[in-house]
Amino acid sequence: MSLLTPMIRPSVVARLNPVAKLAVALTVSCALLLSIDWVSAGVALLLEALLLLWCGLSARQFWLRTAPVWIAAPMAAITTILYGEDSGALLWHLGFISVTDGSAQLGLAIGLRVLAIGLPGIVLLATTDPTDLADGLAQVLRLPARFVLGGLAGLRLVGMFIEDWHSLTLARRARGVGDGGGLRGAARRFFGPAFSLLVISVRRGSKLATAMEARGFGSDTPRTWARPSRVRGADAVLVGIGFGIAGIAIGVAVWAETWSFILA
Amino acid sequence: MHATLTSTRPVTANKPRNFRWRVVDIVVASVIGVASGVIFWAWGLAWSPLSAILTFTPGLEGLLAGGWLFAGVLGGLIIRKPGAALYTEVIAAVVSMLIGTQWGFSTLIWGIVEGLGAEIVLALFLYSNWRLGVALLAGAGAGVAVGLLDTTVSYAALDFGFKAVYFTSAVVSGTVLAGLLSWLAVRGLARTGALSRFAAGREGARARSGALS
Amino acid sequence: MPDPSSFIPARGPQIRPVQIQARSWGWRHAGRQNQAVSGLDLEIEPGERVLLLGASGAGKSTLVHALAGVLGDAEDGDETGSLLIDGRRAAEARGRVGLVLQDPDSQVVLARVGDDVAFGCENLAVPRSEIWPRVRRALAQVGLALPLDHPTSSLSGGQKQRLALAGVLAMQPGLLLLDEPTANLDPRGVLEVRDAVVRSLDRSGATLVVIEHRVEVWQDVVDRVIVLDPAGGVLADGATDEILASHGERLAQAGVWVPALPPRFPARHPIGSGQTLLRAEGLAVGRVPFGRRAASVVAAGITLSVAAGTATVVTGPNGAGKSTLALTLAGLLKPAGGSLRACENFAAGAAPEPHRWRSTQLLTRIGTVFQDPELQFLAATVRDDLLIGPRALRLSVAEQTNRVDELMRRLRLDHLADANPFTLSGGEKRRMSVATVLATRPRLLILDEPTFGQDSRTWQELVTLLAELLDEGTALVAVTHDAAFVSALADEEYRLGTPDPIRLESGAR
Ligand SMILES: Nc1ncnc2c1ncn2[C@@H]1O[C@H](COP(=O)(O)OP(=O)(O)OP(=O)(O)O)[C@@H](O)[C@H]1O
Ligand SMILES: Nc1ncnc2c1ncn2[C@@H]1O[C@H](COP(=O)(O)OP(=O)(O)OP(=O)(O)O)[C@@H](O)[C@H]1O
Ligand SMILES: [Mg+2]
Ligand SMILES: [Mg+2]
Repeated sequence: MSLLTPMIRPSVVARLNPVAKLAVALTVSCALLLSIDWVSAGVALLLEALLLLWCGLSARQFWLRTAPVWIAAPMAAITTILYGEDSGALLWHLGFISVTDGSAQLGLAIGLRVLAIGLPGIVLLATTDPTDLADGLAQVLRLPARFVLGGLAGLRLVGMFIEDWHSLTLARRARGVGDGGGLRGAARRFFGPAFSLLVISVRRGSKLATAMEARGFGSDTPRTWARPSRVRGADAVLVGIGFGIAGIAIGVAVWAETWSFILA
Repeated sequence: MHATLTSTRPVTANKPRNFRWRVVDIVVASVIGVASGVIFWAWGLAWSPLSAILTFTPGLEGLLAGGWLFAGVLGGLIIRKPGAALYTEVIAAVVSMLIGTQWGFSTLIWGIVEGLGAEIVLALFLYSNWRLGVALLAGAGAGVAVGLLDTTVSYAALDFGFKAVYFTSAVVSGTVLAGLLSWLAVRGLARTGALSRFAAGREGARARSGALS
Repeated sequence: MPDPSSFIPARGPQIRPVQIQARSWGWRHAGRQNQAVSGLDLEIEPGERVLLLGASGAGKSTLVHALAGVLGDAEDGDETGSLLIDGRRAAEARGRVGLVLQDPDSQVVLARVGDDVAFGCENLAVPRSEIWPRVRRALAQVGLALPLDHPTSSLSGGQKQRLALAGVLAMQPGLLLLDEPTANLDPRGVLEVRDAVVRSLDRSGATLVVIEHRVEVWQDVVDRVIVLDPAGGVLADGATDEILASHGERLAQAGVWVPALPPRFPARHPIGSGQTLLRAEGLAVGRVPFGRRAASVVAAGITLSVAAGTATVVTGPNGAGKSTLALTLAGLLKPAGGSLRACENFAAGAAPEPHRWRSTQLLTRIGTVFQDPELQFLAATVRDDLLIGPRALRLSVAEQTNRVDELMRRLRLDHLADANPFTLSGGEKRRMSVATVLATRPRLLILDEPTFGQDSRTWQELVTLLAELLDEGTALVAVTHDAAFVSALADEEYRLGTPDPIRLESGAR
């Protein structure tokens, strides 16, 4: 187990086709990117929150995974409140910075938007095994197998970074360059193995490519797939829900007359 | 991405240029993409506090953009095949998204646009010039792409002055963080011999010493 | 474009075996001055079983890579002459050929055991219904009793080797190429795997080319021996017994392990009972999994002591925890339980627990060679890498050069002084990693599989060197599967037990 090959608990969401999950998160993201308003973002977030109850992540995993979003959302909101296009009543003013009714509302919208776009993506992917995703990409979306599997192999090599880091520090310690040297030594001990890590994975990549070719990989002849990736009814339902969320969010915003198309 | 073009123009000695991706190209591009993705992710975490500091300047946050632009230039410089910059940048974006960023799926869209920025510059040089100048331009290209995208989408709500400052600082950041640093990294990698299966690595090794040729 | 139908092996037991033909074939790796192989003339008939021999660095691996069509194109090196598989260029016949590479660590493709074995079959477009039975059969054949969804990242060296072999056997290729397929296996595993290969060949009738330094393992099951000459071409070629009988002497000279002419064991002149350096009592060893605080124990209840001038060998089946024990004794991993203490004289001012020593304190006390030599390479050339230890000890420049030159000469690495350590052949890498620790003259040497993949000449030199060090009072702990090494040097043998057997998952995927 490692950062990129998570332990995935069996759950409804874990069994869904990764491509369907991808489609849902992409649909919702695109819909929300089209407008900046607090109504569409808020409605989408609310609907998602109901769905996330079934995601099958433990509470600890959920908060750990989604932590970046919870930090970023207020940050994004603050930036916008301070620098957002001003309109309406002036609330506060200092040099470049001005806070107005309009910019405060924009800030709220941006904050909600970051949450609504970030959460489903993270949660859906935290419940997806990379191998299954690759199977889906190649079999359902028919992306070229050479690239999908080459990519997966690269992903696995980097997924071993943590273990490799451990082995490398052990090896450096055994070679007498594992400690000492004060601050400079400490920096060297971080950047040394970090660079070694890159070097070793590039090397492993080169060799792994040879090993893959040695097992018949890389020609353009069609290949079969030992693990079928099928789109089932449940996946269609999920995609439907995704379009539903996007549609409702936009619909409500238009109805509430807060919808503001970014390119308009 | 599945380029099978072959050009007869010689690069080094009289070896024919082959634009088809070998398996080793794909795997190594992916490795670089994935490793960069982890850095993207970490940069995303560091970005929040850093940008909070820059929040009190109008638009200098653009200086941080380069942290997400280097993957494409790096991949392009090492693999030297059409699509390499785009591929590496997109892989990096997807991986940071897999680990979890605050930008969710829009990370993918950004990755595509940023990758294209670098890719177009390398294509303008017909994938045959890999000197420092081209690397800097490719980084700048990625900066232009992300500058345009951010100012129309992320900061759509901000005023023009902010957008202008942001755009300029994104280009500067791309040139330095993505262009210069990637070029240096390729040199470092070549020196370790890790790129021995790539033209980029063999040129570096030849430059280093005549002992092994 | 090759005929696509040729990628799909015939159904049923009969596979069309491959024919090989080399005409003054040669290869020079890009960036190298010397040819790796040159002037090779060969013909191997369909269904023949060939043992490929030759000194370390003779070009055996290069040849089988070429046969598998994975040597690359003009970007990767210069080819001369022709090498044909069934009358076509090797690169075009890819898929008819299955290759197990020399380095087991770098051939794991996918994250789960079952998927990894299935990978080759998928590439050959074997129908799905046929893949999983093949996968299960191949895993059983090589004796890898793990669930199909077992993660491949936590396998021991020997387990990885079995996995790679299973992946190739499942492909049922027309030509099976094995590059030292049993170097990391325990003695029982060696026979098990060899018999698995033979059974699979009996069924398929495929051609076999196997590289192995230890002739006795394969001599009864192959029809023919080909010995590569490091200077180019073939040194000897013919029926196994004939060649071994008529050319035995010459081959042994060239580093081939001829069973009738085993390398001489060095004479030992022990200095009497040495001082105890390290003592383990009820020691438990294990690794701490990522994100966890407690180690998962792989072996426990280990009581042994290591004395100056004596050689302790650790043996046991694959996955028993030998490497983990070695790393713990070396002060690199923290004991998971029990105690491990250095005697006062050995600690010489440092803490009694080796894992608390500083890195430079370790240098003169314990030198460790890892099972995977590549992990330890730090510099861009062999010479620079060897100099790292002596530099960390702040020796005088003259002394540094002296030691390193002497080591390179003795381990026959001097012609590679400016080569990049990562481009060395398997045996050269192993010698190089042993040289790195010898350069700092530690009082205790811990070597994980020091002799795997060595030809008999290098083996003899290595063992002689170790015997000398032992006589001078250095203590040695070696993890090994090599029975000859045990008889040559071991004063004490510590056998680690069998790991808990894990059942092969019966449920189909
Ligand atoms: N990728 C490479 N780049 C440059 N040189 C190489 C490369 N691979 C092998 N060589 C060199 O080519 C020569 C032959 O190596 P090869 O690996 O074929 O030897 P080998 O007979 O298999 O030896 P061993 O028994 O030690 O594995 C060696 O001198 C080695 O250093
Ligand atoms: N990096 C690792 N992370 C987690 N588990 C590991 C790791 N390396 C090995 N193991 C597991 O620990 C156990 C002992 O491994 P170890 O490498 O010590 O075995 P070994 O006796 O040296 O085997 P071999 O003869 O095959 O080298 C094995 O079951 C293996 O699966
Ligand atoms: Mg070899
Ligand atoms: Mg081991």
